[in-house]
Amino acid sequence: MRVALFVTCVNDTLYPRTGRAVVRLLERLGVDVAFPGDQTCCGQMHYNTGYPGEAAALARGFARTFDGYDAVVVPSGSCAGMVRDNYPRLAARDPALKAALAPVLPNVYDLSELLVDVLGVTDVGAYFPHRVTYHPTCHSLRLLKLGDKPLRLLRAVRGLELAELEGADECCGFGGTFAVKNPAISAAMCADKMRHVADTGAEVLCAADNSCLMHIGGALSRQRAGIRTMHLAEILASTEETAEVPAPSGRRA
Amino acid sequence: MSTHLGMPAFPARAAAESANAQLRHNLRKATHTIRDKRAAVVDELSDWAELRAAGAAIKDRTLLDLDTHLERLEAAFTAAGGHVHWAADADEANRIVTGLVQATGSDEVVKVKSMATQEIGLNEALEKAGIRAYETDLAELIVQLGHDEPSHILVPAIHRNRSEIREIFLREMADWGRPAPPDLTDEPRALAEAARLHLRERFLRTKVAVSGANFAVAETGTLVVLESEGNGRMCLTLPQTLISVVGIEKLVPTWRDLEVFLQLLPRSSTGERMNPYTSMWTGAAAGDGPRDVHLVLLDNGRTDTLADEVGRQALRCIRCSACMNVCPVYERAGGHAYGSVYPGPIGAILTPQLRGMSTPLDASLPYASSLCGACYEVCPVAIDIPEVLVHLRARAAAGPGHAAERLGMRAAGWVFNRPARLAAAQRAAGAFRGLISRRRLPGPGAAWTDTRDVPEVPAESFRSWWRRERS
Repeated sequence: MRVALFVTCVNDTLYPRTGRAVVRLLERLGVDVAFPGDQTCCGQMHYNTGYPGEAAALARGFARTFDGYDAVVVPSGSCAGMVRDNYPRLAARDPALKAALAPVLPNVYDLSELLVDVLGVTDVGAYFPHRVTYHPTCHSLRLLKLGDKPLRLLRAVRGLELAELEGADECCGFGGTFAVKNPAISAAMCADKMRHVADTGAEVLCAADNSCLMHIGGALSRQRAGIRTMHLAEILASTEETAEVPAPSGRRA
Repeated sequence: MSTHLGMPAFPARAAAESANAQLRHNLRKATHTIRDKRAAVVDELSDWAELRAAGAAIKDRTLLDLDTHLERLEAAFTAAGGHVHWAADADEANRIVTGLVQATGSDEVVKVKSMATQEIGLNEALEKAGIRAYETDLAELIVQLGHDEPSHILVPAIHRNRSEIREIFLREMADWGRPAPPDLTDEPRALAEAARLHLRERFLRTKVAVSGANFAVAETGTLVVLESEGNGRMCLTLPQTLISVVGIEKLVPTWRDLEVFLQLLPRSSTGERMNPYTSMWTGAAAGDGPRDVHLVLLDNGRTDTLADEVGRQALRCIRCSACMNVCPVYERAGGHAYGSVYPGPIGAILTPQLRGMSTPLDASLPYASSLCGACYEVCPVAIDIPEVLVHLRARAAAGPGHAAERLGMRAAGWVFNRPARLAAAQRAAGAFRGLISRRRLPGPGAAWTDTRDVPEVPAESFRSWWRRERS
């Protein structure tokens, strides 16, 4: 099975560690991973901020770049949601784009979907002896409807102690440009999320979207909360042999 | 609804409101209580998804053929002895209602809680004509006595707690009619009893009532009001004249259609299986209820909204308020931040469509959301609020005040459109990463670093690592 990794611009630029974890994890499971070099950004920021023209150009690029693979894996709930939910809207009045996307879109999966639904695994052979809580992120929850797939993957990780997060389905306040257009409300939402995270007693906050983690983790770091953030892929890629020494929250070169 | 002119945009209003600890506490408690109640009674119904789809489909089908249905409603209402008036905008509606009240010789009206009359600013218009409008819904009474603005469409005084309400009653009731008892406590029962006695006098005395309607059934010309307190039933039956201001989108073609909404609305709004009072009236009947019955059909931006293929789904709204009860932005900003009688997620898509986006406030409303999607999930008529928000953002982004943002977005698009440009930008960021403060970004970045650190830029991007390792 030949799987193309759409790493996303945020992961590519700021969290390459997450991309490397996806590669390590999938190759350990026997998947042939490709990284099409023409990929850039899904256009979510443009689309959600009111610039559909720029987003459509990026959607065209996506269709070109990811045509012909058995599957496309996206380690970001909101980017996968953008591609699957909003590309069809962008293509509604653009027959050429619609035709270009048609063979690609059904093969686009978030990481949890690829593992659980396509590869049929929940125990990926990971080892991570830490107390972890999981924030489901809005687009993973409501656009992709991942349900308990990430939790099933985490529960199968050896040594991992999963702590339930109160108010898990509430937005953390990131919301892309919302975080800077309405910074006061964004911070107020984040304050409640951080309180719930701290209440779990977890040392690691995990999610399937580094954008949300950049926001919550940035605030945790500012408060010296002593809780670090990790993408789901990084935990699943972790084994006894490769266990990475985690950096403090935010410092993830 | 005209008071929004000159108001600051949503972010500034929301920032100020969110600093009010009492408001935050009241709203958190109230919205979480209602949302939990709603979730429990919705979960009881195994066919909720089908009901929701039916509700959306009925509204869509009706809106596509609205002109025909409206004429049918007018004919049926008239045949039943009522009078129909058409109002293109708020001013015309206010003129019509004022004229109708003046014709009765009365200088006061009792009101059933109504969003449409708040939207057009009817109370203020009547006051200018020397007519006093008395709100009779308990929460609207609290707002009116407190010289306040509603902050929620169903629970207008949601920003108040019971000790604040007690103070308002003690201070203000005497100016408006029967005073509150001097030993009034903040027990909900005592507060309700004080309001009941205060209002009872008014119901028995007043000759004219003004209402809205939750639904208008076209086939028989029947208006429908759902309420919880019985004040509506009093207003709709005791006075001699009844004037109802109804948005043209409130129409359902038949009684069979109504059945769907009578299930969707109470569960979504108050979290009840059925609301305590459902009043329905068809024209005027001799010796039974008001003798003189009027219906003012209100456009006020609705046909413009209907012309927008994406935005028109906002007209499905049945004003249940489930969206604001789950909205994390509303919960922290409060209803007043939206500067409109329609706050919360539905307000963020309805207000800019009904009023346009010519003011900074109205142009900022489509951005008053993190697009978390909780509103869409609970909407009983499946309005895809995030979709409409994004659609309206595109309209706002083409307007004034977005020049710098447009430039930035175009620049980002330019970088993202060529992988080589993105790689070059990443190399530059990696090279200068030591110069980037994680705690204080310049310019608009400060909005981020005021409360959050920025992640450290890695020395090497993923694509650079892949090229080095794998190709």
